[in-house]
Amino acid sequence: MQRRKFIKGATLASFAGVIGAEIVYGLKMPSGYVPLALQEPDPFKMFDKNTEMVVLNDKPWNMEARAHLLDDKVTPNEAIFIRNNGLVPEGIDAANWTLTIDGESVRQEKTYTLEELKSKFKHHTYQLTLECGGNGRSEFDPPAKGNQWTVGAVYCAEWTGVRLRDVLEDVGIKDDAVYFGYHAADIHLSRDPKKEPISRGAPMAKAMQDETLLAFKMNGKDIPLVHGYPLRVIAGGWPASVSGKWLQRISIRNIVHDGTKMTGSAYRVPCKPVAPGEKVADEDMCIIESMPVKSLITYPKSGATLAKGKKLAIRGHAWAGELEVAKMEYSIDFGATWKTCKLEKPVNRLAWQHFSAEVDFPQEGYYEVWAKATDSKGVSQPMLLPGWNPKGYLNNACHRIAVKIV
Amino acid sequence: MKDQDHDKLKKGFQGVYRILILACVVVALFSVAMVYLLGNPDLSLFQGSKPDTEVVAVGADDDDFDKVENGIHVRTGFIDAPGMMETVQNCTNCHSAKLVMQNRMNKERWKATIKWMQETQNLWDLGKNEDIIIDYLVTNYPPKKKGRREALTNIEWYELKD
Repeated sequence: MQRRKFIKGATLASFAGVIGAEIVYGLKMPSGYVPLALQEPDPFKMFDKNTEMVVLNDKPWNMEARAHLLDDKVTPNEAIFIRNNGLVPEGIDAANWTLTIDGESVRQEKTYTLEELKSKFKHHTYQLTLECGGNGRSEFDPPAKGNQWTVGAVYCAEWTGVRLRDVLEDVGIKDDAVYFGYHAADIHLSRDPKKEPISRGAPMAKAMQDETLLAFKMNGKDIPLVHGYPLRVIAGGWPASVSGKWLQRISIRNIVHDGTKMTGSAYRVPCKPVAPGEKVADEDMCIIESMPVKSLITYPKSGATLAKGKKLAIRGHAWAGELEVAKMEYSIDFGATWKTCKLEKPVNRLAWQHFSAEVDFPQEGYYEVWAKATDSKGVSQPMLLPGWNPKGYLNNACHRIAVKIV
Repeated sequence: MKDQDHDKLKKGFQGVYRILILACVVVALFSVAMVYLLGNPDLSLFQGSKPDTEVVAVGADDDDFDKVENGIHVRTGFIDAPGMMETVQNCTNCHSAKLVMQNRMNKERWKATIKWMQETQNLWDLGKNEDIIIDYLVTNYPPKKKGRREALTNIEWYELKD
């Protein structure tokens, strides 16, 4: 297609139409200039991300962090992974944004404006860990379909919002409520308006937790557009896909929510363990709920060389879905021996915890520092890949960094 | 009919004729202006000097839209090999080529994936291109054996300062 001619032939009005907003100072635009939103975009500028982030996919946008970018205790926007199933919604009007609560199990359907949500209900702020269900997918063999996340599809930001529970109590929920499902403003890749890119949810017990929020602020500011502005669900400790972005509607269901990506193999793993590569029927797949125990060494960056005799200070974060991390260890001999790390308590439930240690190396050479977290039920991270599953979810194998003593 | 009346009628016709010509000229001029605007909507030809702001070129030139450099299709990143254009044309409309390239599957799993996209994602019938595309993918992006845990690779060594 003659793309350049198409763009050249376009007018200000049509630019505005595509972008979904009027172009202020449009008349001062230099001739031949194409607005940023229409260019082969620089995703790091567009989403305000660190340029060391890794783009996995540009349609839809998917981008992950590298371990060393996640060193902050509260993850700043620049290191937060981007996971989209569809296209980022266009022309969001926060001033007229509404949230409707409907479904078989509400006493009556009710709609709130964003302002009503903010003024009517008490605000709560929590640090909440969100990890993509497919984080670590790239390591599965045979390979699993989907974005090939390595280690960086996880973060812990500080979210402010109102409790989903408070809103549901205001609406009135029937006794037969089983599940909540969200509906959002994102656009299906085929641009078919009848299709939702994703519409997931969680059982009512998760909906009613203190920490399950309808959030409008991340790290004290408006949520960035790509992360769900102006309103999203935050359900810490569960696959991040439960935390629907660009939230417009929540359905309280009397069945397990059957929206897009709730069924088939999406965000499901075999109910019983299977051999690598085995075919699994849809009815033998179970929905992922809490994420497993996991940790990440965020300092130093893998590849450090240091002089013999020097101690290496390592640090990072550990999390365990709905549970707490009880113990954190490291090994420099591929798991033959483990030493204990200092481990902090979480600032609140479902926030990741910080660990640190001083590592001694006995002699010059190549080392790997492996980190292993154990949750409050005594379950640890495996050093090898955990159970294979068709879509490559839940890889919580130990993270490791390379170190050379010279 | 009297001569006077005939003259009157003749003059009347001349008047109508003049208006008609004028209208045609106006329409013609308007058309020319519109055609010009289509090609040059911001009237930049009427502006004296070029703005000193850098002009950002978008996309490739018409002639190198499907340029291949070092065996790679520049626009999508696909390996240039038989079946590449069929893959570009059928598999990069909804999602980017990056999603295709990072997924390593055998023939059977690609078939199942295509079927899934047709059933749920509005992908069209690929006809005879289906086999061409699958052959291209399994030949150029074969699954690789990773075992239960791979060695660390591509380590960027650096000196750790205090």
